Amino acid sequence: MLIRRAGPFTANDVTDETLYLNRREWMVGAAALVLMPGEGEAATPQGQALTATRNEALSLQETPTKFEAATTYNNFYEFGVNKEDPARLAGTLKPRPWAVQVDGLVHKPKTYDIDELLRLAPLEERVYSLRCVEGWSMVIPWIGYPLAALLRRVEPTGKARYVEFTTLLDPSQFPAQRPSFFGFSLEWPYVEGLRLDEALHPLTLLTVGMYGRVLPNQNGAPVRVIVPWKYGFKSAKSLVRIRAVADEPKTSWNRAAPQEYGFYSNVNPAVDHPRWSQATERRIGEFRRRPTLPFNGYGDQVASLYAGLDLKKHY
Amino acid sequence: MARRVRIALKTAVWGACLAPLALLCYRAATGDLTANPISFVTNTLGDWTLRILLASLAMTPLRIVFGLSWPIALRRLLGLFAFFYVCLHFAVWIVLDHFFDWPRMGADIVKRPYITMGMLALLSLIPLAATSTAGMVKRLGARAWTRLHRLAYAAGVLGCLHFLWLAKVGRRDQYWHALVLALLLGVRLGHVAVRFARRRRERRGAPVGRRVNPPTLTAP
Ligand code: HEM
Repeated sequence: MLIRRAGPFTANDVTDETLYLNRREWMVGAAALVLMPGEGEAATPQGQALTATRNEALSLQETPTKFEAATTYNNFYEFGVNKEDPARLAGTLKPRPWAVQVDGLVHKPKTYDIDELLRLAPLEERVYSLRCVEGWSMVIPWIGYPLAALLRRVEPTGKARYVEFTTLLDPSQFPAQRPSFFGFSLEWPYVEGLRLDEALHPLTLLTVGMYGRVLPNQNGAPVRVIVPWKYGFKSAKSLVRIRAVADEPKTSWNRAAPQEYGFYSNVNPAVDHPRWSQATERRIGEFRRRPTLPFNGYGDQVASLYAGLDLKKHY
Repeated sequence: MARRVRIALKTAVWGACLAPLALLCYRAATGDLTANPISFVTNTLGDWTLRILLASLAMTPLRIVFGLSWPIALRRLLGLFAFFYVCLHFAVWIVLDHFFDWPRMGADIVKRPYITMGMLALLSLIPLAATSTAGMVKRLGARAWTRLHRLAYAAGVLGCLHFLWLAKVGRRDQYWHALVLALLLGVRLGHVAVRFARRRRERRGAPVGRRVNPPTLTAP
């Protein structure tokens, strides 16, 4: 229907350039009207409200993605591979009671109750952009505090060089963790990792909420990490363990397809995914693709972490 | 086959093939195309292209296995609907996804095997759609036409490769589609093998010097 409406304007070979462009813009308008979700009865955030101070210095000056989009279009393979699975199935996840074991090469290992974790440091709100490896992005007001605040409490030893994050393993709460006929290509539990200096970077956020409230289940309740300069899958959800280690953690996506998902996975328009380009992205809610920025736009803050590292090799 | 039955079957195919598009339009009108509408529309059209293409490729095997003749009457219609959907799928890619960014699209066609496969699948359907009329069958001659239309299997293989190549780890539907295609191809190959063996047997059994007529062929 849309195509037919647009049709007569595409095959025009005699129109001069300006008029042609105008028509293109007109088409964008028409297409955007049909294709962009309207205001409608937009879902409103639910769940316990969190008080947090906006960290303006570390926040994007952009309108956040609609809450509804951010909570119905998710990759959370523990619920299924389709984008709508998490929103549909996340009711089985029980974010309370919850504990996070923080251990490994640290002087003061400790298991934190989630409510204790929430009070460990002052909560900040930060508007970050989240770039998915699939080529779309969102702008999300997260709530949390720097992961460094937690890591400093447990005091990593001199041997610690990486931090490993583990997501809950419980097929009764995560339906897609049940064994299936075909088997599954991701091994559970989901494991992610950062270099220690990345984990201690002030942008790395231990995240407990978004849009003013606690995290919805489908977004990784009750606690996750957000690493805004890396592809979204690096930001592990529903964490039960944070462990300081000496060797590079064996991360889930890297194990499943090493040539496609490297350990670093920094957002990088110059390094394509082997099967698709990473040069552009579609910001959810926008019609046209926009260029992807190195380190997802956080290059000023994080590029120095990788000085001397060949980012084409360490993708 | 009675004319009435054939009309009823074709009407059913029209309905079944247009229903996904109608649903897509309905979802567009009600703002229900997910948070990433362009991707959703692309994928829905791609899914239906492949399903209808596989359905069209299933008609001959249905006859081979069950001896049914009516599926053959639907083959061309299904093939044309597959072509219709892939045109929409392709148009969405050009207009909505890349918005006429020709250099980037060109680079994708060359560099991304899944796009290359999709493109080749589309290209191999063009001659089939162009020669789908009864007049064309006559003009080409039944044999040449039949041979040309074996390209449909190539399109099926390329379409499945396209899907296998683009699907992320963890998905399974790409394997189901490939499995269906493999079954359909298997039936065809098995049929050819049986025919070949029968012909050889007949030839061996036939008196020396006498040519054996090939078994009557119905259009494959
Ligand atoms: C007969 C030909 C084709 C068939 C059977 C086909 C089929 C499919 C299928 C099944 C999907 C996956 C849908 C899903 O994820 O559920 C798909 C996606 C896609 N196809 Fe095609 N396709 C064909 C031709 C093309 C062509 C010619 C192009 C562009 C040049 C194209 C571009 C795409 C793109 C961009 C996607 C989305 C990939 C993504 O989301 O990452 N396809 N197609």
